[in-house]
Amino acid sequence: MKKPLSFRRKAINAIMFSATGVCTVLSIGVLFFILGFLLIQGGKFLSWNFFTKLPAPVGEAGGGMANAIVGSGKILLLATLVGVPIGFLAGVFLAEYGHAAFSSVVRFVTDLLNGVPSIVMGIFAYTLIVLRMKHFSAFAGGVALGIMMIPIALRSTDEFLRAVPASLREGAMALGAAKWKSIVTVIIPAAINGIMSGMMLNLARVAGETAPLLFTALSNQFWSPGWNQPTASLPVMIYTYAIAPYPDWHRQAWAAGFILLAMVFIVNITARTIVASGMSNKSRL
Amino acid sequence: MNPNIKNQASVKSEAPWLAQKAIVESDKATAAEINGSPKLQASGLDFFYGNNQALHGISLRIPALKTTAFIGPSGCGKSTFLRTFNRMNETLRHARMQGEVLLDGENILEMEVSQLRLRVGMVFQRSNPFPKSVFDNVAYGPRVNGTRRKSDLEEVVETSLQRAALWDEVKDHLHKSALELSGGQQQRLCIARAMAVDPEVLLLDEPCSALDPIATAKIEELLFQIRNSCTLVIVTHNMQQAARVADFTGFFLLGKLIEYDTTKTIFERPKIQATEDYITGRFG
Amino acid sequence: MKAAIVIGPDARPSRRASGIIGLLRRTLNMDRFAYGLVSGCAACIILLTVLLAYELWANSALSRMKFGWHFFFTNTWDPIAGQFGALPFIYGTVTTTVLALLLAIPLGVGAAIFLAELAPPRISDAMTFLIELLAAVPSVIIGLIGIFVLIPILQRIVPVLKSVIGFLPIFSGPFYGVSIFSAGVVLAFMILPFIISISREVLLSAPRDLREAALALGATKWESTWQVVIPFARTGIIGSIFLAMARALGETMAVTMVIGNSPKIMASLLAPGYSIASVIANEFTEATGDLYLSALVELALVLFCLTIVINGAARLLILMTEKKGGR
Repeated sequence: MKKPLSFRRKAINAIMFSATGVCTVLSIGVLFFILGFLLIQGGKFLSWNFFTKLPAPVGEAGGGMANAIVGSGKILLLATLVGVPIGFLAGVFLAEYGHAAFSSVVRFVTDLLNGVPSIVMGIFAYTLIVLRMKHFSAFAGGVALGIMMIPIALRSTDEFLRAVPASLREGAMALGAAKWKSIVTVIIPAAINGIMSGMMLNLARVAGETAPLLFTALSNQFWSPGWNQPTASLPVMIYTYAIAPYPDWHRQAWAAGFILLAMVFIVNITARTIVASGMSNKSRL
Repeated sequence: MNPNIKNQASVKSEAPWLAQKAIVESDKATAAEINGSPKLQASGLDFFYGNNQALHGISLRIPALKTTAFIGPSGCGKSTFLRTFNRMNETLRHARMQGEVLLDGENILEMEVSQLRLRVGMVFQRSNPFPKSVFDNVAYGPRVNGTRRKSDLEEVVETSLQRAALWDEVKDHLHKSALELSGGQQQRLCIARAMAVDPEVLLLDEPCSALDPIATAKIEELLFQIRNSCTLVIVTHNMQQAARVADFTGFFLLGKLIEYDTTKTIFERPKIQATEDYITGRFG
Repeated sequence: MKAAIVIGPDARPSRRASGIIGLLRRTLNMDRFAYGLVSGCAACIILLTVLLAYELWANSALSRMKFGWHFFFTNTWDPIAGQFGALPFIYGTVTTTVLALLLAIPLGVGAAIFLAELAPPRISDAMTFLIELLAAVPSVIIGLIGIFVLIPILQRIVPVLKSVIGFLPIFSGPFYGVSIFSAGVVLAFMILPFIISISREVLLSAPRDLREAALALGATKWESTWQVVIPFARTGIIGSIFLAMARALGETMAVTMVIGNSPKIMASLLAPGYSIASVIANEFTEATGDLYLSALVELALVLFCLTIVINGAARLLILMTEKKGGR
């Protein structure tokens, strides 16, 4: 005769369910906590000036972050041009052409590169570019962020290409397509949803990086045409303004934080929706 | 019991079929067909996966514009043999081939592989349409091989879909995704796609094994329609299918070609005991 | 009208014969070019990493030559006198990391268990999505919250804490807001989502039959989790903790904004401190003289080596668990 489940065991089950549930709720609570403050404080201080004016001298009100917004755009554009092609093509290599030994080395090294703290990347770009050119520049900042984009670009390309079934490859080759053509016309299009969303997540992550820009692009009070000047960027401005003692700057830091977070979240949510609608598999972090 | 086999009775007890070479046929007319200039020919073909020998000394001739079937139990090498004709085995690592395979007298290893595959097309066991539209699937072969003009592509697509008996069902939905078609339709789409480059030979690797009987019947009917314009080579698990569809049949066992003859002979008067045992269901 | 390209049986041999050589040449070149391009990019990545290590090594040479191993044990950071010792920063980095781990591990592993094992699937998916959003929050924004929201909150909580455990040396002394303690809390915010998502994946990689065997024998959901799944995934969960640790070590902005930037080792957690990443961030652009710069690069080299070792160990542990699950 089976014993009914003892009260003690049921109680423990319920308690642990609640305890771990509380952990989860608290963790998610952190997210809403952050989101909430940024929405309220940031929203409060957003203004038309923010988007159109340059930073005002200390003490004067009415300044904005127009140059930082444009600067971030420029740096991120360069980062994408540097990081995405290299990561993407290397990912194609790993998924479609690889050799056992060389491929494992590449994957391992990519993982290492991914784990390097962003500030160390900044120093790398500094020694590589800033020291040699003898000035700070948007170019150096873009390269620093671009190198940071490579590992994730590679990993998402590799994973999504490998998920394309072998039968599609065979089908293309049986129709007389050369290997490179079958990759370009069949396999990449089949994986494009996942790859695109991976690139978007990548961009969103790099858009918020501050440390690498601190000694590559530095910052700038004014517009910085071209690629060879120190350039203002949103994250660096947020940092500079937040630690400064001027309340007006604090307000602008909140507004900038709001904009930055909003952009990061929008890109994130879009990217994850693309993958969820295109595939039945879960997307990995 | 087949009288021809009696004089081989002694050999039979020591697994005779493993020692014998293929016997080529009894009819003079079909002798001419098989021995005359064949479309595809294999001579002493050995095939290895790493250290495993999958095919042992296969020699046969496949006549042009006829349908040939390969039958045999699972794992006997018939699919492997089929795939040597369009060099699809080259995609596998550690695959080695010895011996000759000729297409119209030319050694296929000396041809450019893309060119070979334009002349020898393939339809796979499970339909594998690309995640593109119906139109783009059929147009893929011609496009990738140089056809650019829209009117040419449209014409090729329509012709191929008609030959595959699919045109009426999809003509108003050419730009829908191929993945929305049913299993049987997808397989006919794959046949259309293969036909779009106008191959001389079409290899079909168990094309109906994943389909229901109605879809299978449709495909067999379509094979019947195209048999006159194309040499067909079919691998099938289904003996009745071979009997219905093929002019010639080869029986494979453990990587060897046991018997190769007209379908009528194989099914009614097989010369080798193993063939008869397989046909009558004693094994396999 | 049939286009010239569409072939009939007669036209075939001659068209192909003449086209073959051209086609051959073109295809071979494209295939080889494609291969060269993609393998070149793959090799590029290896080269970049080697170059990174080299640059760090070369540019820290001055400092390494001058201070040798004493660099790690000297408690002075005096740019004016030209004396550079890493101990205060190592202390700061280690304490903030340990504090962050102490806060984030129970919360994170608990949440991971809930999401992987106990919660109904739709709730679990929705919450996992939110956790992944939390992981996407940039460090500088967490720092922003740290300065303007967290520190004021802590300024209210800490006196209460002090009244209870203020006798402990680690909770002694005045609290000015910026401190090792604040940095630890902020760091916990940053590593929490990583612990949760990686632990969750590790738990999910346990094969279904393991759970089902326990449940079929009458175990409650918690019992099957605690007694069967967690022991299976234990190595992987430790791996996720290592990964979080590696991340915490290199975390710069949020920490820099609340740690107080004081290169002194104090007994109390409530005192300001300095981490390796923070000192680099703050002083790099102001560094005068090659020795100063080289000392900072040496600190970066330390970070680089630490994160590589810990990340490598972490990946190994996670791989071991996933292999066990036959994934």
